[in-house]
Amino acid sequence: MNLRKILKGIYAIWYREFKVFTKEKIRVISSVFMPLFWYFVFGGGMGSITKPDMNYQHFIFPGFLAMLVIFSGIFNGAYIVWDRKIDFLKEVLIAPLSRTTIFLGKVVGCMTDALLQAFILLIIGIFLGIPFTPLNVLLTVIMLIGLAIALVSFGLIIGSFMESPEGYAIISGFVVYPLFLLSGALYPLDKLPLWLKILTRIDPASYAVDGLRSAILGASAMPYLPNLLVVFGFDAALIAVGTWAFNKMKL
Amino acid sequence: MDAITITNLTKNYNELTAVNGINFSVRQGEIFGLLGPNGAGKTTTLMMLSTLLKPTSGSATVNGFDVTAKPGEVRSSIGMVFQDPSSDELLSGYENLKLHALLYNLPLNIINKKIDEVLGLVDLQKRKNDMVRTYSGGMRRRMEIARGLLHAPKILFLDEPTLGLDPQTREHIWDYIMSLAKNTGMTIVVTTHYMEEADHLCNRVAIIDHGKIVALDSPDNLKRALGGDIVLLKGDSLNTEAIKKLSFVKAVEKQGVFTQISVVDSAKNLPELLRTAGEVTYVQSHSPDLNDVFLYYTGKEIREEEGSGMENMRAMTRARQAK
Repeated sequence: MNLRKILKGIYAIWYREFKVFTKEKIRVISSVFMPLFWYFVFGGGMGSITKPDMNYQHFIFPGFLAMLVIFSGIFNGAYIVWDRKIDFLKEVLIAPLSRTTIFLGKVVGCMTDALLQAFILLIIGIFLGIPFTPLNVLLTVIMLIGLAIALVSFGLIIGSFMESPEGYAIISGFVVYPLFLLSGALYPLDKLPLWLKILTRIDPASYAVDGLRSAILGASAMPYLPNLLVVFGFDAALIAVGTWAFNKMKL
Repeated sequence: MDAITITNLTKNYNELTAVNGINFSVRQGEIFGLLGPNGAGKTTTLMMLSTLLKPTSGSATVNGFDVTAKPGEVRSSIGMVFQDPSSDELLSGYENLKLHALLYNLPLNIINKKIDEVLGLVDLQKRKNDMVRTYSGGMRRRMEIARGLLHAPKILFLDEPTLGLDPQTREHIWDYIMSLAKNTGMTIVVTTHYMEEADHLCNRVAIIDHGKIVALDSPDNLKRALGGDIVLLKGDSLNTEAIKKLSFVKAVEKQGVFTQISVVDSAKNLPELLRTAGEVTYVQSHSPDLNDVFLYYTGKEIREEEGSGMENMRAMTRARQAK
């Protein structure tokens, strides 16, 4: 199994996901408008009830970036259920590629949508006076990729055990809401009761949000690098579980 | 070396045995037919040969590679056209083929040329940039056959390639398959419901029923082995016991309203058969075809299962639910 073959396999699956994405116009449109909606409507609303001396829209900006990636990552994972239903997955699984390659290809393919949304919000942020430098944009993007890998992997793992899209929606809800609410995207985590604090420590998104705050606002519980390493650690573990799930998957 | 050898291959789903210790081999360059009623184990066998299912026990080699020990090598050697559509209908035909070419690591500079080549084979060049969603069932199947050929596999598996297609399209598809076998020397394994097709296309056929191979030979040999002509009789009070005692009668079987009798040299013996049978309201005699062979070995008429379009749909829904 040479590297060229693996990369080509990943590219093949990405190629397909991207073509499907661009053909479903509604998904492209929603990817562009969701970030705007959250930033202005939700951020504006929450901002109006917080103290005037603190800019809530700045505080919450990294959280919104994380949120877009969390929700669209999980949402894109659902497509694996559909792929199996229309038998398309057989065509992919019968190709001479390892399950890890196929899983990675799916991850990269599904990440595209999530990252596109995040990039749009990043651009909005530049115009809204978030203090960006080339370095912190780079750090932000790396962290978002790390988070997207984790979330899409979660989605794909759940999806490979689900028989129907409805079942997927229910189970993924159980995963995505705690993941999101405990990530610290909307509120700081340091004043939470102890038992909730413990839960936030096993939530990969909480490290990503903290890392994003460190990169963008320069204020965080932990420095950037340890946060990034924890997120990448989760990624590696989830990719391993994902490979196993793809091997177990019923066709 | 045989293209495929299968030794005691078995697949159990919980208490259900889908494939029960089958043994056979497929020769290099032949068109091999796998015939059987729904649920007989045809698709399960193909899924094991293509490494998508792990055998419960037994073994199989494909192009010299063991399916459990060397799945990657097996997958590189084979092409597969699945029974149910497995292309992405939001992509164009060209995009589906390009995806396939990338998955099979074809060199980037020859991908477009190869795609045009296989699309030419199935007459789809003109529609290659249209979304698969806009294709008819026959076009979609042809595209998927082209896709199975794109990486020039040594062995091509076709699972019910003509199911649910109109007769004209069926004939086209079979023409492609025949010329392919002739021009490339590719080994082709095909499952089908259509006996006439298997009859004039396959070099050899295996009849599979309840997960077991019940007969395997060339269509001509199988027909000859029935040892006579088929006579169908209808009547309210046929004297079956007396018929069975006649020296030229090889087998008697009740087939719905008909009684089916295997008769040696029916042209000569029919009059005596009718005298013995009692009051007969209908009589028909023909030399055996593969349908008769199938009936003889499985006790089921495969034609009934083809049935109406509605029945096909139900059969396919069942197959889906069974997953």
